[in-house]
Amino acid sequence: MSEMKTAAYICQGCGIGERLSAKQMAVVAQKEGKMQLVREHAFLCSAEGVQMIRDDIEKEAVTHIMIAACSRRAKTEAFNFPDVTMTRANIREGVIWSQPEGDAAQEIMQEMADDYVRMGCAEIKKMKLPQGTPDKAQNKRILVVGGGISGLTAALESAEAGYEVLIVEKQKALGGWAARLWKRVPAKSPYTDPIDTGIVDLIASVTQHPRIKVYLNATIAQTSGAPGRFLVHIATENGAAATEEVGAIVQASGFTNYDINKLPELGGGKSQNVVDQAGLEQLAIEAARQGQPVRRPSDGGEVSSVAFIQCAGQRDESGKHLPYCSGHCCNTSIKQAMYFKDSNPGIDTVVIYTDLRTPGMGEDFYRSGQNRGVTFTKGMVSEVAAHGNSCTVKFKDIILNEDSSIEADLVVLATGQVPNSGVNIDLAEDAQAEAKPVSILNLTYRQGKDLPQLKHGLTDSHFICFPYETRRTGIYAAGPVRRPMDIAQATEDATGAALKAIQAVENASLGRAAHPRSGDLSFPIVRLEGCTQCKRCTVECPFGAIDEDEKRYPVFNESRCRRCGTCMGACPVRVISFENYSPDSIGNQIKAVDMPDEFSEKPRILVLACENDAYPALDMAGMQRKVYSAFVRVIPVRCLGSVNTVWITDALNGGWDGVMMMGCKHGDDYQCHFIKGSELANYRMGKIDDTLKQLGLETERVTTCAVAITDSARVAQLINDYAAKIQEIGMSPMKGFA
Amino acid sequence: MNELNIKYHNNFLKEVEENIEEGEWIKMCMQCGVCSGSCPLGPYWAHPPQELFMMIRAGKREQVLRSDSMWMCTSCYNCVVRCPRKLPITQIMHGIAAYANNLGMAPKIQPTRDFSILFWKNCTRTGRVNELRLTLGLYFNDGLVAGIKKGWAMRNIGLGLMRAGRLNLFELFKGHECKDQKGIHAMLKKAAEIEQRHKHLTA
Ligand code: SF4
Ligand code: SF4
Ligand code: SF4
Repeated sequence: MSEMKTAAYICQGCGIGERLSAKQMAVVAQKEGKMQLVREHAFLCSAEGVQMIRDDIEKEAVTHIMIAACSRRAKTEAFNFPDVTMTRANIREGVIWSQPEGDAAQEIMQEMADDYVRMGCAEIKKMKLPQGTPDKAQNKRILVVGGGISGLTAALESAEAGYEVLIVEKQKALGGWAARLWKRVPAKSPYTDPIDTGIVDLIASVTQHPRIKVYLNATIAQTSGAPGRFLVHIATENGAAATEEVGAIVQASGFTNYDINKLPELGGGKSQNVVDQAGLEQLAIEAARQGQPVRRPSDGGEVSSVAFIQCAGQRDESGKHLPYCSGHCCNTSIKQAMYFKDSNPGIDTVVIYTDLRTPGMGEDFYRSGQNRGVTFTKGMVSEVAAHGNSCTVKFKDIILNEDSSIEADLVVLATGQVPNSGVNIDLAEDAQAEAKPVSILNLTYRQGKDLPQLKHGLTDSHFICFPYETRRTGIYAAGPVRRPMDIAQATEDATGAALKAIQAVENASLGRAAHPRSGDLSFPIVRLEGCTQCKRCTVECPFGAIDEDEKRYPVFNESRCRRCGTCMGACPVRVISFENYSPDSIGNQIKAVDMPDEFSEKPRILVLACENDAYPALDMAGMQRKVYSAFVRVIPVRCLGSVNTVWITDALNGGWDGVMMMGCKHGDDYQCHFIKGSELANYRMGKIDDTLKQLGLETERVTTCAVAITDSARVAQLINDYAAKIQEIGMSPMKGFA
Repeated sequence: MNELNIKYHNNFLKEVEENIEEGEWIKMCMQCGVCSGSCPLGPYWAHPPQELFMMIRAGKREQVLRSDSMWMCTSCYNCVVRCPRKLPITQIMHGIAAYANNLGMAPKIQPTRDFSILFWKNCTRTGRVNELRLTLGLYFNDGLVAGIKKGWAMRNIGLGLMRAGRLNLFELFKGHECKDQKGIHAMLKKAAEIEQRHKHLTA
């Protein structure tokens, strides 16, 4: 790259010029910030203001610009200069909108603005224009693991969008569970009758598709590589092996039915006349094949009454069975009760439930079942006793508040879906050996063979904001492996996953980040000479992007990376950085502020705010004119996970009175965009207490808090409360040493 | 089939559907309990509507028909307005009561039922309601002494009504009548026949 030429632009619009001295900011930029070119403008985002900057880029060969105006989240279209490095000082939302009017506040407000200019100038000199990762890989083929309804849908959707697809199915035929159903719950108006599954047609469209190749009786023996260049070893039953290169993977490995034999109290495994829902489908298909009504399995006798027991081994609080609801089973039982009612309305069908949950248009379907005379009874089943060719179902009727029982020829247990998610890589190895799970993907990733799980064996994804994402870039879970679901939901899920896979291969081919920093061209760069092989980055990367070479040095797979900076935050020797985001780019800002002395009564509080949630919340606080302490200086960070403890120690050594870190909620219902970032930050900060004590500082001088994007009012309060606390503790004794 | 075998089977539900006006709605109840919670008298019923519907589905024929719960309904229609499944609950309550009455299973001493019978006889006799006789009939329902006591307690209101021309003692002997009493009786007979035809009464 050519010589660096810096320029600072100070906007006077939106009231900045009236409430602050732009002149002074310009002087600060020139004298302290050492900017080579400094310009003020009355209205910087106007066509004229933007043109001024453009002219400087062209004629003055400016390469690095610092804009002191509104928040970096505002006016992004006007201030869009892709060919230069840019940073922005937040004078509007961050200063004039969050500070009260009036002379009393004037001095400290101007100091705030001047500091933001200093920080911007310090940062820009440590930034470079991101060039995109050299790890650009061009394979755009999509591998779909699993040939059930989810896999087939994902395959067909990707193929129809023009991509080559490969399906690997373990069984000898495509279709999965859907092929083992007699009929499915309706997906179209009027939602009253069971309908054909449509699986035969779907299989036909997939097998006839010119862009889809199918491997049957096959499993994945090994997956290595990264988006755009995954290398997959496929093992087939007859011993033949194949190696294929693909760009992205959709894992639609589906579910297994919860083992009915684990429910002996409900007659599971005790009588042929007690079946699970899959068992009933089998009976229905068999009966339809013979052109007969469903017969009692034990003796082939006529069925005159059927009991359906909902939530069998599900929503279990004892810890013995599945704790969750599988979502589809109420509708499925209604459908199955209709099988009987439609063959003979005289057959009594009773559905015993505690809560009937009928997602989608299931309410219409439920009514249709009632209309056919299916009896619905709110009750808790305690026992199913089989005797001869009949079963007694003992239950407590919750409405009539009495113990009751019914006789049935056939009992159907609505057991749940257990995801086929492979190895739980977070479990200790001996626990894994005990569970003997079979890996689905056999990834060669340092962090483990399969997709990380959140709980109950379901793959981890950001449930609220980006459900299709997993913690392995370029690999997307679809269908019941992600969460329990029915056919309609699986179809939708698979379509979403197919789109994600397409995005992944396209981004990988351009060397850009995938979600949530979609399009980002920066990537982690490691200075291996300084690396101490501590492995923190390889262990902590939430996305398993970093492997290890034979000498145990980290190997970054940039296209697996989401650019969260967690590795940068983890690295104790600070050898990991991004071109435009690094230990120095932030460290320099921390050091750049003008630190008032101990007796000034002007404390300085550093706020490191997650740019996904906390920073927008702060901007919104400004928009709503929520006033917060003028002693804070806010620095946006990619994720709290990217915060390196060196910044904290630098700040404390430099005389800052307090450090506040604002990130997303962590834990089981985390909100962190990078899943583990805020959790890791909390963990790391838990250890900073020792450092504080060594420095002879109060532990309150560093604090972390969870802030959601909606917390605009709360965030101002949090700051003010913390400022009050700092006031109470008193000024830092470290001032003036650095 | 023994009692156990028919529990929660559709036998009684079918009987109810065949014999009770709007009875075919009962299977559509989703057991939310809004009706019971909305009924101003709900807390006083042994089995509020939601429960009665479940009892019907559970096959509790005796308990339902001998219950005095449905007789408690005051026809306020609160439940009907609120039922998310749009069940005509009020009509069903009266339907079950009437059916129980026809089968001779209704409770023998039940004020609503007593009043209904009194009212029916009173108004169908001449085609018009004779208020004085209806009131006195109600007073003397519990015996002569009780009747005299109630009459005495209400004497001032009675005198007031008389002075205002709202009460005529001669009504006791011969009150207002419809012109075509025969026609009225023939109409009622026809209506009863139609009802019989509609719902095949099973005793
Ligand atoms: S920690 Fe984040 S930035 Fe670092 S390699 Fe992993 S995904 Fe990329
Ligand atoms: S109409 Fe009858 S059952 Fe319904 S709320 Fe009123 S009194 Fe209760
Ligand atoms: S309100 Fe309607 S649906 Fe709810 S319990 Fe009463 S009758 Fe049933």
